[in-house]
Amino acid sequence: MKTIITGIVLLLGVATFAQNKNAKTIIEVDGVCGMCKVRIEKAALGTKGVKSAVWSIETHQLSLIFDERKTNVQNISKKIAEAGHDNRMITATDEAYESIHHCCKYRDEEVKEKHD
Amino acid sequence: MLYILKKPLIFIFLFSSFLSFSQDEIKGEILELVSGKEQPIYGANVYWQNHNIGRISNEDGKFSIPYRPDFKQLIISYVGYMADTLTITDASYIKHFLEPESNLEEVNISTRKQSTSRSFLNSKNVINVSSDELLKAACCNLSESFETNPSIDVNFSDAITGTKQVKMLGLDSPYILITTENVPSIRGAIQTNGLSFIPGTWVESLQITKGAGSVVNGFESITGQINAELQKPSLDYPLFVNAFAGINGRIELNTHLNTKVSDKWHTGLYIHGNQRAEKFDRNKDGFLDLPLKQQINVLNRWQYSDLENGIISFINVKYLNDKMQSGQLDFDPDIDKFTTNHWGSESDTERFETSFKLGYVNPEIPYQSLGIQADFSYHDQNSYFGFRVHEIRHTSLYSNLIYNSIISNSRHKIKTGISFMYDSFDELVDDTDYFRRDNSVGGFFEYAFDNLSNLTLTAGLRFDQHNRLGFFLTPRFHLRYTPWAKSAWRVSFGRGKRAANIFAEYHNLFASSRQINILNTNGKIYGLDPEIAWNYGISYLQGFNLFGKTGDITFDFYRTDFQNQVVVDWEDSTQIRFYNLDGQSFSNVFQMELNYELLERVDLRFAYKHFDVQTDYVDGRFQKPLLPRHRVFLNLGYSTLRKENGSLWKFDITYNWLSEQRFPSTDLSPAEFQLPEESPTVGTLNAQVTKVFSDKFEIYVGGENMTDVRQPNPIVNSQNPFDSFFDSNLVYGPIFGYQYYAGLRFKINKPKKQ
Repeated sequence: MKTIITGIVLLLGVATFAQNKNAKTIIEVDGVCGMCKVRIEKAALGTKGVKSAVWSIETHQLSLIFDERKTNVQNISKKIAEAGHDNRMITATDEAYESIHHCCKYRDEEVKEKHD
Repeated sequence: MLYILKKPLIFIFLFSSFLSFSQDEIKGEILELVSGKEQPIYGANVYWQNHNIGRISNEDGKFSIPYRPDFKQLIISYVGYMADTLTITDASYIKHFLEPESNLEEVNISTRKQSTSRSFLNSKNVINVSSDELLKAACCNLSESFETNPSIDVNFSDAITGTKQVKMLGLDSPYILITTENVPSIRGAIQTNGLSFIPGTWVESLQITKGAGSVVNGFESITGQINAELQKPSLDYPLFVNAFAGINGRIELNTHLNTKVSDKWHTGLYIHGNQRAEKFDRNKDGFLDLPLKQQINVLNRWQYSDLENGIISFINVKYLNDKMQSGQLDFDPDIDKFTTNHWGSESDTERFETSFKLGYVNPEIPYQSLGIQADFSYHDQNSYFGFRVHEIRHTSLYSNLIYNSIISNSRHKIKTGISFMYDSFDELVDDTDYFRRDNSVGGFFEYAFDNLSNLTLTAGLRFDQHNRLGFFLTPRFHLRYTPWAKSAWRVSFGRGKRAANIFAEYHNLFASSRQINILNTNGKIYGLDPEIAWNYGISYLQGFNLFGKTGDITFDFYRTDFQNQVVVDWEDSTQIRFYNLDGQSFSNVFQMELNYELLERVDLRFAYKHFDVQTDYVDGRFQKPLLPRHRVFLNLGYSTLRKENGSLWKFDITYNWLSEQRFPSTDLSPAEFQLPEESPTVGTLNAQVTKVFSDKFEIYVGGENMTDVRQPNPIVNSQNPFDSFFDSNLVYGPIFGYQYYAGLRFKINKPKKQ
């Protein structure tokens, strides 16, 4: 009897932990242009479990849909930072930042102005 | 009852999880205060600093996240809100409010959009034609909308019916899949006149796909697809009026009325009328140069949109009545019909059409969607040409169900679904009755891959069971690769199969004394076999910057190879023969197109096309008749800067040149009716000026064929139309000559949103 109760309790507990297959969120990612968009979306979609990633040049928002059982926002943010783009959670290393095309250097005020 | 049950359940639920996981997780909710009320935030990020563990809040703002005593800093963030870091000391419930960031400034971006554009990304070779471009050809219906588009060739109409036919890749319009909002619409009985049954102002934009096309819309397309998007009641002007008059006696009136019925419903009423009541015989051959016409065309659209729940629906009802009279100048149908007094022809068409579309996009998962299309039409056309009669009733039903989703992630998209088609043809040709009922059921699957930078591909397969065409597969494949900046290489191949409706498709044959002979008897369609063809294409698009101006250049080459074709043989001037292909039939078409902004606001479009279209006829292999080998196209457009009150000028000029065209053999005709082997070359010049006075009002004037090029004797044996060798089909150039027109557009804009 005890085991059954424990079993039910455990199952219920698992149920509350059930993670969303189609979790949706929006994170902010720095970038300036269409090339950045491709790079950011590619990095996001390259993370296992990400189903959809759409970055807006105007708002700098990356809309994500991903499987919470397979990944989380930190992982995705990390991948994006590795591709060279700063985001709310993780700042890209200088090395990663240097690797992006010179017209995409979003930290540079001059480049930013050019895209405005 | 439910409520009572629910409570203890929730209690047990909470209690149990508390028991088993009290040390392992933290629960909470993320909210914001909107005018004093608590509102949940969906999609907020909740994560432990320095640990790779994060969760997203659900629709109710609730979340639960694993917890260990050594986790201290919990970060809660969401776009548009200030992020907060909470220091966590125990696993108690968290109720947290986020503060919105000060509103970001709105960003407005405006660039000059091109009115015709080719995609650098799509795997298919698609040319988008916006309504701006459509305005360049001010008159009047879809058959005349391609004057500024070199990918489509527009035939000079036959000398009796004045119907313009479009061609793609050197082949006639039946080989093009013509759809309105992706529902096959111009097929069967409507094939000849269908394009003139879609008024130009109803069209919001056109998409022209060269080559095999998609499997989603059916198996019939061989050379390409033309899709017309119609005006949407929610986007079109509340009131739009367009009036047009030409010196060729043509008068047209278009009225659009669009209203918002409720939050979710919009409706639009589109009324078109045109008329030509004046008789013209400029070339003095005793025949009308242009038929007398009268058309009433009414469309009512209902649009339902519920974006919150992802539902969009359209319901259309369309009615058309079209009357045409042509033939000899003195022909009066009441007296002279079916007599030898005068030769004349009439054609009456009545058509009713209704269609329904429903699309559902999962608001939570925008890449999943479901679409249903259904279309029903009834077409009744009665015509006679002298003593020859052609009557056709065509009832058609089309339905398609499409499901869109992804595999793994949005780089891999799929489309799959089923379709059903039914057609019933009841036809009277002279004194022979033809009755045919066709139906088909099919399924399709299309996979699209996008590596997000330089490669996209679409691979589709459909299988259909058709009562006359049998069971067959239709594969289609498109690939785009971008090896360097601003370029796109495309390859495609695909198969198409169709049943030829020979009399409806070559309706103009009746305006001649030719005997109709179908040489085969064993096939299921007028004794003929289905047409099967493969299409292969390669295309290269390169964008460039030259002297600070942008441009693009395209080279494409398409080959269509018929496995079987219903050969239309005009090579004997006493008869027209239809028979199954024995040997080869192919079309090789090369096109070079250059678009360049020559000067500030001056756009140039230049194109050269080469046609090599050959068929094995019973008398040998010939180039397709009345098709040039070379075509040169030049278009220049200029528009002034828009002033503050919205006024501007627009100028547009188009030159078209066609090389010699082969006449079908007239060896069997008496010497007086024999034609040379080839026609002379033809060059035509069109121009148009538009003055926009404001957002509300504009007028335009234009000229067609301003250098007055004419085919001198378009009708063979026009003196004795009831005798042999009378033929109005051997037309290579304009019949009427120059013509000028003027028109106006008036619109009331929507009240601007506050």
